[in-house]
Amino acid sequence: MRLLTHNMLSSNIKGVVNGFPLRIEVEKVVEKTVEMNGEFLKKMFEKVDWKALIDASRAMGYTELPEEADSSMLDSDEFLNRFHHALLEIHLEEGALVCPETGRRFPVNKGIPNMLLHEDEV
Amino acid sequence: MASRPEVIAPPEIFYDDSEARKYTSSSRIVQIQATLSERALELLALPEDDIPKLLLDIGCGSGLSGETLTENGHHWIGLDISASMLNVALEREVEGDLLLGDMGQGLGVRPGVIDGAISISAVQWLCNADKSSHNPRLRLKAFFTSLYKCLSNGARAVFQVYPENIDQRELILNAAMHAGFAGGIVVDFPHSSKRRKEFLVLTCGQRSVNSSVSKGKNEDGESCSEEDSEDEENQTVCISDRHRPRKKQKKNNKSGKGKEWILRKKEQMRRRGNAVPQDSKYTGRKRKDRF
Repeated sequence: MRLLTHNMLSSNIKGVVNGFPLRIEVEKVVEKTVEMNGEFLKKMFEKVDWKALIDASRAMGYTELPEEADSSMLDSDEFLNRFHHALLEIHLEEGALVCPETGRRFPVNKGIPNMLLHEDEV
Repeated sequence: MASRPEVIAPPEIFYDDSEARKYTSSSRIVQIQATLSERALELLALPEDDIPKLLLDIGCGSGLSGETLTENGHHWIGLDISASMLNVALEREVEGDLLLGDMGQGLGVRPGVIDGAISISAVQWLCNADKSSHNPRLRLKAFFTSLYKCLSNGARAVFQVYPENIDQRELILNAAMHAGFAGGIVVDFPHSSKRRKEFLVLTCGQRSVNSSVSKGKNEDGESCSEEDSEDEENQTVCISDRHRPRKKQKKNNKSGKGKEWILRKKEQMRRRGNAVPQDSKYTGRKRKDRF
């Protein structure tokens, strides 16, 4: 699972008001090289929750993203490269996602988070 | 497919390891899925600016439909309830991210971030109650409302569906409309029972300029839409309507004018000074048959 997906996911449990961002428990991280597309990154920058992305990338062991970011930084290739790497190239292979409100664990196996809810959580 | 898989078992059980492999190794299914996804992507009518989009593939299965999205340069997130299907997707090394989840429980996605959603042959599964806690109406509602939330303004969602009957189609469409979607059904090849394919095309939020529902495909390549067939139905209704009033008039004549009418007329005559028989309980009564 890429951090792009992590940044879009929120906990869906009944009664949870703010299920975003899901905390990451890391067991294994994989890196895959993906071709960079500046236009896509610029588009995604508006949608991505920067704080959540920073926290997630730190949890995954990537610390090179700046604490604060604004759209003017998108002109710098260096920043784009880091953003691209954090968003699309780091994969959470094994571990878990944890709901920030209830502490419910969603296990991640082979890169697939199991988001199935129990009947009492729907 | 002679029988509908929906009636055999719930999706997470029906698509077990062997069925998942069968599904993906059959070149015919692969080809059908590819054309369906291609068409769904076409109906999605994404802006043509060559910027990759973030799409959702609901019921992505082994990633056959996702492959089409990748070929067109988009990033996608796939959701499926069958772990076996997702395992096959992993083996095929699809580009998109996969989630194991149940669309009937709603999508846990942040609001307004998705540029479009497609779903190939999946939504009809929601119409089945596979567990005692399942209520198709509630599950459809949860699915469509959560989808509506996570789509960005003006985004579209295209679902290829195989509804079992008219009621099921109505159920799905109603749930979508209640969630706030605008749109309708596009039918490709409506006159061919085998090639007939239905697409539910939904628009989220503000209606864009080109939000009119696209037309379905026909055998001759001509386009035709659902509205055409409705028009034909209306015409036949008009023809039968023409005869109806005459029948009604005849019936009225037979039944006569009634006691009230007679009393009113008699009163009129009395006022004019004519000799009129007294009113009694027999006034305006029908004679017995033997008379």
